[in-house]
Amino acid sequence: MQTLLVASRKGLFVVRGTGAQWAIAAHHFAGDPVTQVLADPRDGAWYAALRMGHFGVKLRKSSNQGATWTEIGAPTFPPKPSEGPLAEDPTPWNVDLIWSLSPGGAAEPLTLWAGCMPAGLFKSEDGGQSWALNRPLWDDPRRQGWFGGGNDYPGIHSLLVDPRDARHLTLAISCGGVWQTQDAGRSWTLTAAGMRADYMPAESAEEQNTQDPHRLVRCAAQPDHLWVQHHCGIYRSTDGGERWQAIAAPKPSGFGFAVACDPANAQRAWFVPAIADACRIPVDGKMVVTRTDDGGQTFTSFCEGLPQVHAYHLVYRHSLDVAHDGRALAMSSTTGGLWISPNAGEQWHCVSRDLPPVAAIGWA
Amino acid sequence: MVKVEFAASLRRHVECVPQQVRPGSLRTVLEAALQAAPELASYVFDDQRAIRKHVAVFINQQMVTNRSHLEQPVESGDCVLVIQALTGG
Repeated sequence: MQTLLVASRKGLFVVRGTGAQWAIAAHHFAGDPVTQVLADPRDGAWYAALRMGHFGVKLRKSSNQGATWTEIGAPTFPPKPSEGPLAEDPTPWNVDLIWSLSPGGAAEPLTLWAGCMPAGLFKSEDGGQSWALNRPLWDDPRRQGWFGGGNDYPGIHSLLVDPRDARHLTLAISCGGVWQTQDAGRSWTLTAAGMRADYMPAESAEEQNTQDPHRLVRCAAQPDHLWVQHHCGIYRSTDGGERWQAIAAPKPSGFGFAVACDPANAQRAWFVPAIADACRIPVDGKMVVTRTDDGGQTFTSFCEGLPQVHAYHLVYRHSLDVAHDGRALAMSSTTGGLWISPNAGEQWHCVSRDLPPVAAIGWA
Repeated sequence: MVKVEFAASLRRHVECVPQQVRPGSLRTVLEAALQAAPELASYVFDDQRAIRKHVAVFINQQMVTNRSHLEQPVESGDCVLVIQALTGG
């Protein structure tokens, strides 16, 4: 029996099952928008980030698999300075969205990281009771070069803590490139070399600070191997993000938001293509998942079990996830479809086409 | 004293019965009332301690329009009501 958490516009769904048999087992926070979920592998705790239309960002925690939830602290920006260079900062100092949540290292059981929109990175060292803004990244003058991709402000959507060294974090910003720290956030390096932003003026297309990585993932067993679904295509790095190689666009398209990497095999990754940025629907109304098994040299497109006639589902950046076994794969759409594959994406089973818009999923 | 009341849409998340607090500026009145339910403060105020843009505050029948500067006086006998503004979705 496996468990999948589904964060939707109208609450958090808990899906349980195995093989071809899956069902919604519970619905929490009915009616409230849930933007991110985390099942902490260190202690089994579940976290749900809420974005209440009226009342702001909230964070709820369950230590008993959803039987009860407790409201814990949510990230908040410090008071915006009324003097000095940041007094004129055009970015609101208000957390609008918790876009990514990550546990700290195994040896720091109370540490959590949260990436937000606007693009503040927050750290908790007390299990989410309190949070502190990472000032070195927020105060970096290059932040003023970031911009929102489809949103009013830039945001941090991907957060990777290195399993070999928890002081090493890699994060991705839409639109602000890929950033890394080797010292737990005291200093940061921009590492998006090799990426190309076709939406920028030609002379600045390779500017690292304005790249739009839609989603960044890593291979758990080979942490230096990273994949990015970028606004302008697919990228891969085999040196921890120091250099990125463009992958030739697979059929039917190289555009999309989501990517997942096999936790044991860095050569294998999955993508969910859409036509293009100006037309965010499946090619020919046929929903497919593409998979590479050779590091992006070739791709196979899978459609068995997925809608193939007038299907207009879009799978957003946090709505494709592979389980720890590398076999169970789940994806969900902004129009309420949820599918699970028991065999690495080759066949799919529909759990529902009637969910609210899904923002994020995560295997527990 | 000033009566401060939070609408049911807020109390759905954090319970808080109507409060009787000393007169003062609107900010001091709201802050005093929220001492009874500190967790409710983040539902009313944003990160910069301004009234959230989809929360409405009334002093008697008059809606507060400036969300950041809450220095207007609230007098004994006044009633402050905090509700959720209407939005779509």
